[in-house]
Amino acid sequence: MRKSFLAQNPSVLIFLGILGMFTLAVTVASEGLGLGLISTSFVKTLGKTLVLALIAVAMDLVWGYAGILSLGHFAFFGLGGYMIGMWLMYERTRQIVVDSMANAPIPPTDQEIVDAIGTQIFGVVGSSEFPAIWTFADSLIIQLVLIVAIPGVLALVFGWLAFRSRVTGVYLSILTQAMTLALSLYLFQNDSGLRGNNGLSGLQNIPHLDHVPQSVLSVWFLWASALALALGYLFSAWIVSGKFGSVIRGIRDNEARVRFLGYSVEGYKLLLFTTTAMMSGIAGALYYPQAGIVNPAEIAPIASIYLAVWVAIGGRGRLYGAVIGAIFVSLVSTWFTGGQAPDVNLGFYTISWVDWWTILLGLSFVAVTLFAPKGMGGLFDLWAGRRAPERHGADLGPDQGALREKEANE
Amino acid sequence: MSTLLEVSGVSVSFDGFKAINNLSFAIGQAELRAIIGPNGAGKTTFMDIITGKTRPDSGTVLWGEKSRSLLKMTEAQIARAGVGRKFQKPTVFEDQTVQENLLMALENDRNPFAVLFWRPGQTDFERVEEIATEIGLVDALKRKSGELSHGQKQWLEIGMLLAQEPRLLLVDEPAAGMTPAEREHTTRLLVEAAKTRAVVVVEHDMEFIRRLDCRVTVLHEGSVLAEGSLDHVTANKEVIDVYLGR
Ligand SMILES: Nc1ncnc2c1ncn2[C@@H]1O[C@H](COP(=O)(O)OP(=O)(O)OP(=O)(O)O)[C@@H](O)[C@H]1O
Ligand SMILES: [Mg+2]
Repeated sequence: MRKSFLAQNPSVLIFLGILGMFTLAVTVASEGLGLGLISTSFVKTLGKTLVLALIAVAMDLVWGYAGILSLGHFAFFGLGGYMIGMWLMYERTRQIVVDSMANAPIPPTDQEIVDAIGTQIFGVVGSSEFPAIWTFADSLIIQLVLIVAIPGVLALVFGWLAFRSRVTGVYLSILTQAMTLALSLYLFQNDSGLRGNNGLSGLQNIPHLDHVPQSVLSVWFLWASALALALGYLFSAWIVSGKFGSVIRGIRDNEARVRFLGYSVEGYKLLLFTTTAMMSGIAGALYYPQAGIVNPAEIAPIASIYLAVWVAIGGRGRLYGAVIGAIFVSLVSTWFTGGQAPDVNLGFYTISWVDWWTILLGLSFVAVTLFAPKGMGGLFDLWAGRRAPERHGADLGPDQGALREKEANE
Repeated sequence: MSTLLEVSGVSVSFDGFKAINNLSFAIGQAELRAIIGPNGAGKTTFMDIITGKTRPDSGTVLWGEKSRSLLKMTEAQIARAGVGRKFQKPTVFEDQTVQENLLMALENDRNPFAVLFWRPGQTDFERVEEIATEIGLVDALKRKSGELSHGQKQWLEIGMLLAQEPRLLLVDEPAAGMTPAEREHTTRLLVEAAKTRAVVVVEHDMEFIRRLDCRVTVLHEGSVLAEGSLDHVTANKEVIDVYLGR
């Protein structure tokens, strides 16, 4: 008899429980809806951290499970942010323009309103025309679709080209990195149509919700982020629990063997790459309204490398590992780079963490890779192993070289 | 008996070295065939060509009733068409359980979307158990296959091959690292499988070949040196010179 999905994967239930309690606790402690124990900006930091955990889960699927070290998922994340940012900026500017023109003696025509919005948005890059990519910026529905469609299509085309030519390993990582760099350089240009290095700003102001204070909005976004993480986690756990999970782990460990079983490896990689790109797009669309601004620097290659570092430190190949890594490293990083960490005065030299944090992170990454390849998630194995020591010591088979059974994990 | 696979005039060279030289070979629908030959004779390369891993420089490889060319198909397509392969070095997915390995090999829709929604049913588990019983791993279903002994991995790979329900099994040195009793068991499995499908076995162990009791093809320097019953080929002077007499 088959057990239900959740009964087979108790860690998913535990994860959802912890996430729920965390969200509740932050809500109760928030300024907007609770006791005011934590500041609105910290609620935003926590909300952002949750969506970073979501993209880390996506990265874990593609890297930890399928072995594709993509150094481009932050590009998809950034694109998701741009897509929602376009509507947020357009609609908000439209409101302002309409309000300011309301008292004009002659009511403005639709064209005049659009022109005025264009001037407002593109003034910083010396233009007032709407570029073609803003065609649908007035439609929330279409921009919401584009949050998944744009990263999805980009990943599909890129992945199709790369996987079809059987580019793997380091070469694939370099290709994804190049894609990210190209996209970011393109966006840096003023005539990219997305305001060059200014990016899209004022995204924390949600149109039609002016009456809702940021302290409350931040909690709403926290909820949305927690929900997205919960759904993304469930979805990912479902993907990896079945035969699809078996196949992609097989691809990670021995791609050629999977082919000889009759599975078209390219199709699997493409499906996974595209799906995780879409997940990243959703994560980005939730992140940037909490951050307030999205600009090309966010898409810089280094961001995607950080993502790989989070997943490695948290533990590849297990979803909660990715979550732990993303949350732990990004919060610690916020603490160090935010100037909260006390500088260490060595007398002859003062270690300023703002500068030294990156080096510390790099060293931790190297240490984890060398000494604890299972990452922080590996700690759970120790705990689970101690709680239920299940050591079979039987000889396996008649062969002299038979191994003694190791602890049967999972 | 009609032919299932027909290889004719195939050659392949690696950096000028002719690993396969104008090789021709055919096998019927339900036939057991052994291939022997000295190290480097091109036995593994021959399997690489049939399974699409290596593209030959010239020659044809025709498959099935409709005589489709395998040369235009990808490895995965060839496998789906019904060619299963066991590698010389046992390659199972060590990080996954014996059951997961077998479920993955089980003949089912290979399309990614179909696989995404596929969940094993009663019949699938029964089939896996049946195969696991055949290969003596029924008690190890929940164990990671990396924990198995070398011989057990060989068997698991044979089991995966059977689970695929191929029409042609290519088995590269199945008995390596097995005890005499295990070898005998393996022989039985292969002879049994050959009743309903074509099986090609590459092996160095003459005792093993003798027990298979089938036609033997001797490869040498990339082409067929002799073909016939074991007694026939072992009596061949050339075969004695290049292979047996060493
Ligand atoms: N990819 C390759 N590149 C270069 N040379 C190769 C390649 N594959 C095989 N060869 C060479 O082709 C020859 C045939 O190799 P093959 O592995 O087919 O021999 P074999 O008959 O299987 O030998 P064994 O009994 O040792 O397994 C060898 O000399 C080998 O070095
Ligand atoms: Mg060989």
